[in-house]
Amino acid sequence: MKRVYAKEEVCAGCRLCEIWCVVAHSKSKNIIKAFNEEFPRPLPRVKVEEFGPFSFALQCRHCKEPPCIEACMTGAMHRETPDGPVLHDPDKCVGCWMCIMVCPYGAIARDETEKKIASKCDLCQGEEEPACVAHCPNEALVFEDREE
Amino acid sequence: MKYVIIGNSVAAIGGVEGIRQVDPEGEIILISKEPYATYSRPLISYFLAGKVDTRHMAYRPATFYKAHDVTALLGKEASRLDTKNAKVILTDGEEISYDRLLVATGGVPFVPPIKGIEAKGVTTFTTWDDAKALKRLVPALKKVVILGGGLIGVKAMEGLQAHGVDITVVELMDRILGLVLDKTASGILEKKLLQEGVTLKKGTTIKEIISGEDGKVREVSLENGESLEADHVIIAIGVRPNLEVVKDSPIECGRGILVDESMQTSVPNVFAAGDVAEAMELISGEKRVIPILPNAYRQGKIAGMTMAGREVPYLGGIVMNSVEVGGIPAISAGLMNPEEKAGYEVKRRLNKRENTYQKMVIKDNRLVGYILIGAVDRAGIYTGLIRERIDVKPFKNKLLDSDFGFIDFPKDLRSYKLSTTYM
Repeated sequence: MKRVYAKEEVCAGCRLCEIWCVVAHSKSKNIIKAFNEEFPRPLPRVKVEEFGPFSFALQCRHCKEPPCIEACMTGAMHRETPDGPVLHDPDKCVGCWMCIMVCPYGAIARDETEKKIASKCDLCQGEEEPACVAHCPNEALVFEDREE
Repeated sequence: MKYVIIGNSVAAIGGVEGIRQVDPEGEIILISKEPYATYSRPLISYFLAGKVDTRHMAYRPATFYKAHDVTALLGKEASRLDTKNAKVILTDGEEISYDRLLVATGGVPFVPPIKGIEAKGVTTFTTWDDAKALKRLVPALKKVVILGGGLIGVKAMEGLQAHGVDITVVELMDRILGLVLDKTASGILEKKLLQEGVTLKKGTTIKEIISGEDGKVREVSLENGESLEADHVIIAIGVRPNLEVVKDSPIECGRGILVDESMQTSVPNVFAAGDVAEAMELISGEKRVIPILPNAYRQGKIAGMTMAGREVPYLGGIVMNSVEVGGIPAISAGLMNPEEKAGYEVKRRLNKRENTYQKMVIKDNRLVGYILIGAVDRAGIYTGLIRERIDVKPFKNKLLDSDFGFIDFPKDLRSYKLSTTYM
């Protein structure tokens, strides 16, 4: 399956991926409205890690054997097809943080803006490519199928 | 191939999903004592609190059995095994033959022989029926005593708090959640509980349960001499493997059913997984019963895949738990209370004002355990370091940083991690 990969060498640390992720998961899908009018504002599901001159963006890796699905006590974390993305059903989630306990990438966040739920990358379902990739000004994020 | 699974919770469902990943066609028969389609056991406290309704108790969608072509015998109980003739015998006398059998019978609450324990109003708290019964009783309850301040006790407490009942927790250890936290971590949570009006009696246990003429609980007396008024007692001191169905079989058991790295028992074609199994623990390298959900699923899935002919080794489980007390999240994993002077390096950071605490336990430059209170974000990175036995020497002094992450890993390790997925 296609996944998002980061190219650390060309990441400028601008965090536009985080911004556009918020927009992509907002109600209006409009940057001005999302940041000015929507409260609570969605959390970014991609995180830029930074230290000195180094930076890169990290989001859910959509693992082959996802520990988050195995540890999910409600069935909220799931895959719809064997090769599909790891998705999360907010209606089923109770915010027990078992997924956070087991995700080796630290790619799941606590969303406590409304009901307590987990928050993670959904690869922007329905779009041609995820918003973080589409808006990366330096092509430091790519959306590729690297499996053999 | 005919697969039979005894059980219908996490390990059993992992078993079904494991089998179907390899064998789309073999017959699967699942036998479950409880009459319900698979539901989430850990959600019973949420159910009791009224946070989750019946529909949301489902662990898998209603279409699960059909979609996985499983014949689910719900409300049927397996009585014993005839391993010589490869048969499961049900309590109603029916015999079901198998080519491969998965025993995923889980755990049963441990009930100590306390004087007066047979009184009305003394219950356990591990099944949906337990939660339903308690929910019916709760409007009439005023004072509930919970025996056990471990995970089950804390979950029962959480469910009851929503109903405004007066709660006392009696815990034999010097702290709540003693097996999964340390003194400092428990202290933060205990302080919060006291603020919320919960009474804690530590370092003691129930000596006797006293009932009135109607046979109902009236009072409990503690070993320390105190007496507590009570109209309900919840026994929550732990679970033990449910070995009932295998006890007269030749299957080797320790505390649980002993299994090898593919979840096979000492008897060929018979597998065990989940809270009933005694499987490899990663840090000690010894077999242990670790009754937690992620291990149950993993073991079930591995058993399922192996039964269907694909060998995937179980790399060993670790103890790990995520729990919230009074709105404060707590996650811990591995060895969090190492023996002193045994070569462990312990790093701690406590912020009393923010109610946050982090503890890292390191041995030979490998992380072997951690505790996070309050700030639990990205806990899984630490779990991953333990599981994969990664050399933490290059970033040891960063482990406690609030923004610790992949950026602190050596570049080679980071590049490798970011270019691959988990397994």
